[in-house]
Amino acid sequence: MNNKTAAVQMRNITKTFGSVVANDKVNLDIYKGEVLALLGENGSGKTTMMNMLSGIYFPDEGEIFINGQPTVISSPKDAFDHGIGMIHQHFKLVDVLTAAENIVLGLKEEGRLNIEAVAAKVKKICDAYGFEVDPYQKIYNMSVSQKQTVEIVKVLYRGADILILDEPTAVLTPQETDKLFAVLRNMRNDGKAVVIITHKLHEVEDISDRVVILNHGKFVGDLITAQTSAQEMTNMMVGRAVELNINRPEPVDPRPRVEVQGLTVRSSDGILKLDDVTFTANSGEILGIAGISGCGQKELLEAIAGLQRTESGTIRYIRDDGTAENLVGKDPLEIASMGVALSFVPEDRLGMGLVGNMDLTDNMMLRSFREGPSFLINRKKPRLLAEKVVKDLEVNTPGVSTPIRRLSGGNVQKVLLGREIASSPTVLLTAYAVRGLDINSSYTIYDLLTRQKQAGVAVIYVGEDLDVLLELCDRILVLCGGKVSGLVDGKTAEKHQIGMMMTKLGGEAANE
Amino acid sequence: MFDLVSFIPRAVAQSIPLLYGATGEILTEKSGNLNLGIPGIMYVGGICGVIGAFLHEQAVPADEMTALSAIGIPMLASLIGSLLMGLLYCFLTVTLRANQNVTGLAITTFGVGFGNFFGGSLIKLTDSDVPSIALSATSNYFRQALPFADGLGWFGRIFLSYGFLAYLAIIIALASAYVLKHTRVGLHLRAVGENPATADAAGINIAKYKYMATCLGSMIAGLGGLYYVMDYACGVWSNDAFGDRGWLAIALVIFTIWKPNMAIPASILFGGLYILYLYLPTGMNLSIKELYKMLPYIVTIIVLVITSMRNKRENQPPESLGLPYFREER
Amino acid sequence: MSNNCQPNGHTRVNNQPLFHITKRKALPWYYTWGIRGAAIVAALLTCAAVTSLLTGENPLEVFQTIGYGAFGTTRKTWILLQNLAILLCISLAVTPAFKMRFWNIGAEGQVLIGGLATAACMILLGDKVPNAVLIATMVISSIAAGAVWGGIPAFFKAKWNTNETLFTLMMNYVATQLVAFFVIVWEVPKGAGKIGIINQDTMAGWLPQIGDYKYLLNILIVAMLTVAMYVYLNYTKHGYEITVVGESERTARYVGIKVDKVIIRTMLLSGAVCGIAGLLLVGGTDHTITTTIAGGRGFTAVMVSWLAQFNPIVMVLTSFLLVFLDRGAGEISTVFALNHSFGDILTGIILFFIIGSEFFVNYQLNFRKNTGKEGKANV
Repeated sequence: MNNKTAAVQMRNITKTFGSVVANDKVNLDIYKGEVLALLGENGSGKTTMMNMLSGIYFPDEGEIFINGQPTVISSPKDAFDHGIGMIHQHFKLVDVLTAAENIVLGLKEEGRLNIEAVAAKVKKICDAYGFEVDPYQKIYNMSVSQKQTVEIVKVLYRGADILILDEPTAVLTPQETDKLFAVLRNMRNDGKAVVIITHKLHEVEDISDRVVILNHGKFVGDLITAQTSAQEMTNMMVGRAVELNINRPEPVDPRPRVEVQGLTVRSSDGILKLDDVTFTANSGEILGIAGISGCGQKELLEAIAGLQRTESGTIRYIRDDGTAENLVGKDPLEIASMGVALSFVPEDRLGMGLVGNMDLTDNMMLRSFREGPSFLINRKKPRLLAEKVVKDLEVNTPGVSTPIRRLSGGNVQKVLLGREIASSPTVLLTAYAVRGLDINSSYTIYDLLTRQKQAGVAVIYVGEDLDVLLELCDRILVLCGGKVSGLVDGKTAEKHQIGMMMTKLGGEAANE
Repeated sequence: MFDLVSFIPRAVAQSIPLLYGATGEILTEKSGNLNLGIPGIMYVGGICGVIGAFLHEQAVPADEMTALSAIGIPMLASLIGSLLMGLLYCFLTVTLRANQNVTGLAITTFGVGFGNFFGGSLIKLTDSDVPSIALSATSNYFRQALPFADGLGWFGRIFLSYGFLAYLAIIIALASAYVLKHTRVGLHLRAVGENPATADAAGINIAKYKYMATCLGSMIAGLGGLYYVMDYACGVWSNDAFGDRGWLAIALVIFTIWKPNMAIPASILFGGLYILYLYLPTGMNLSIKELYKMLPYIVTIIVLVITSMRNKRENQPPESLGLPYFREER
Repeated sequence: MSNNCQPNGHTRVNNQPLFHITKRKALPWYYTWGIRGAAIVAALLTCAAVTSLLTGENPLEVFQTIGYGAFGTTRKTWILLQNLAILLCISLAVTPAFKMRFWNIGAEGQVLIGGLATAACMILLGDKVPNAVLIATMVISSIAAGAVWGGIPAFFKAKWNTNETLFTLMMNYVATQLVAFFVIVWEVPKGAGKIGIINQDTMAGWLPQIGDYKYLLNILIVAMLTVAMYVYLNYTKHGYEITVVGESERTARYVGIKVDKVIIRTMLLSGAVCGIAGLLLVGGTDHTITTTIAGGRGFTAVMVSWLAQFNPIVMVLTSFLLVFLDRGAGEISTVFALNHSFGDILTGIILFFIIGSEFFVNYQLNFRKNTGKEGKANV
């Protein structure tokens, strides 16, 4: 390690947002000619840390040294001037501009703007690394992986020597990931410093030379990848050894509850999101849904919940007495008025499931506020429910009249799930229910879901962690590019088998 | 018979304040600032020009005035006045991140009040012994048409009969269109208005661009007020005479779907609609004229509705229009 | 920026920024209102200074004159209360829309249309139906007219997401021209360009006067509206829906609130209350209609509502502040023979200070000390 030159040294970096401490006195070194993996769970402060290096945030405390010199990075421009380029998880591209215009954005080159010259230089970079970009294409006409390519070309165009990539593979197919990693290795061999932010262990092992692990905003370890093991990294990442041991009782008297037949959904801009999806969710069992993110999971759940317009296919809800209703074309209110008790924990908790500026009480009545004939609203029952949820699920909050945005992610999720379960659903849809949650909160959630299953609810669990899916779910439906790629038994399936299914159709999808 | 040769020059004269206002507001909105203070700023631009010219005329007898000072002093005063208003708007909305709609309306309240107050009290405040503000000497310099305009018949009347501020308005509009479309600064400005977080990440100084575009836009709009009082109104300030032209300029911005070069024909069209009632057949009911004055607003509403229905990306308002930007928002 | 940076910029030692800005944690309410109070005091001092500068009067006397203009005589006090009532009424009208994040800056037009409907009833039905029927018709038609005027932009917003700020703004001028048209149609005498007092002899359609107090009815109606709006926004299902839609449309859809319906319904209400303001102006106060009857209050109301953080009770205070200043400035103009727009200048100054002070409620400046360690200063 000593024979390498430190490109960046971050010392005692602290950053807080309101009352949330995102980074707490973190030290971090980045060396030239090395791929560094920044590993940590969601919400461990990885991205915040790198945002301070790229000038998006400014640290509350601490110092940054670049090539040994103390440096203040107070804007992204400063970061560029120091050769730091970051590729964000959410692409920083202007939709109505072309690729070339986005690439030169912010550059202080001499002379007048010459888009042709830019396009030629872009082409050169693309040829060198095997990318494909049409410099004149507008961003809003591009696919996700095309946009990422534009982002990477943008950073290369600026001749960055410190490259930071924030979870770059989340939106890529395996082939695209391999291609990306090959490029990153080339850059390392050129003597550039590459930082990849991730929470996927296999990627750390695949690409990185060194790994720095953060947990809850704190620095926990700095290891040579070749000298460590997945077990050790996991332990450091979560703080203690993980034994998943999720309790999975046998389903009792499973019966078909929701039958999805040939469901096809297009997004508003005409892209096929779900393609002829067919499956059945049974009462008294947890049906897992696996897939690379953005493969139609969101559309599937929203279609069942009556929030997504469908193109064709049926969604039938089957009652205990065998009668069935088609849910397609109904909105959430109509579904509820048919006596279908359907609960939905969406992925975007504060943007969809809850209202951040409202307190717990008001959030509890989001679904039930219409009850009763009165024109006035009755806050008594919601307040009691809020107090019950706080007590039963051990929500950490100053009180039920605290705005929900002040709570931490885990507590927000408990409130949301608590409300959805309180309506005694027969179908419970959850999207990434444990994303961003700590281990203890996650287990509380697993436990809640399992209890719902035992109570005869048909639970649909969209997840991203295959280990959890394999230990929690009775059956797992694998989606790939909007199609059903397979349906496996949670008790017998192998992890690599699901991984294969997730990517099997991916090749086709990527070349659209 | 409809007299085009008399109609067009009048429509053009009517269109110039709108063109200044619209060009200024387009630049401003391209940076993501919806400046509803433009109507007030145009008043301020006008009255500051008046104050400058008034003091100048009081100090220098008409036959000793030179073109340079007669035009330069009011113009400088006008530019400074509207610049200060632009700075105030930016300070509140960009630096202090205040709500743009509220700030803009406050600027308009203040600006219109400022204009009417000084317009109505200037004589009293300076203890002058003139009956009303009529800056005919200064105005004559502003209204100076091209020397050979008279000799060219209808061609001269339609194209060459205007004061220099009218040509300046067209030049500024064309220059703005060029800058927005073909230069680095224009590219950066568009990025700032569309997606400031992205522009920021690309190393563009958001605050600087917002300040520059908004202040420049305010100064351009202020010239519209100056043109109105010095050229169109022959140097006579009367309170509220400028009317709702400022709002009409904001309507024009929508009508031209944020393109300054389109603002040139569009403002002439609006100017024409604005005075169309003057060309109604005689004997027609006077009240109908008031309905004709509604036309520019109705047309704008129709354009607004159609663009929102067609929902084409290029024709939409800048995406971050009206929203404050705070880098550490989370 | 320092100039000693090397070409590659890598070893540049930057000068530290003087301060940087972060979002504040929640402040206790007294702190928040302390900041706003300080802003108002600073604004009043600035107003006094500006007035002194223009009139030569000493600042203390300026306040005296302002106070006299507002409360000097019983009549002045009643006028102040009347103006307060109308401004408050329009502010109440725009508030539900703002809570829904619908920027209704078309209150001016909605008031005008409400007033026009009232005037139409008074002129056309004045001598044809009993007074009680006439007044009932006026009430219904003014409310309906205001509601329609507010509902049109809402319909397009709900259907095609048409920009409501610009749409409602344009609707103001369509309303103005419509009023201008009818003023000429109904002008008395022909060619006067104005309508004059409607039904001066019969007083048909004039809202009843309570005792000797000309403005008391208006004030009572607005007081009731204030309480009603407070309850509507905070304690009814509609009010709850408005809050949810304003906070997040996605959440609203998720819980089955029909966002389109709420937008249209709320704007119908907003327009309807503006219509009532028009009714009070035409039927209860002026007994005539002109294009300037709203007098810019549709725009001032936007600021009143926003300054009060959309709380109807606090709006009583904010509208009082603005009306008080306006009346006081009017007095100063009269005493010193200045133009009456002086009030707008003072209003502008007050607004700038309060708008600016919100920054210090929501954000804090963190100053960097020379040692590189950070000190926090609450400014």
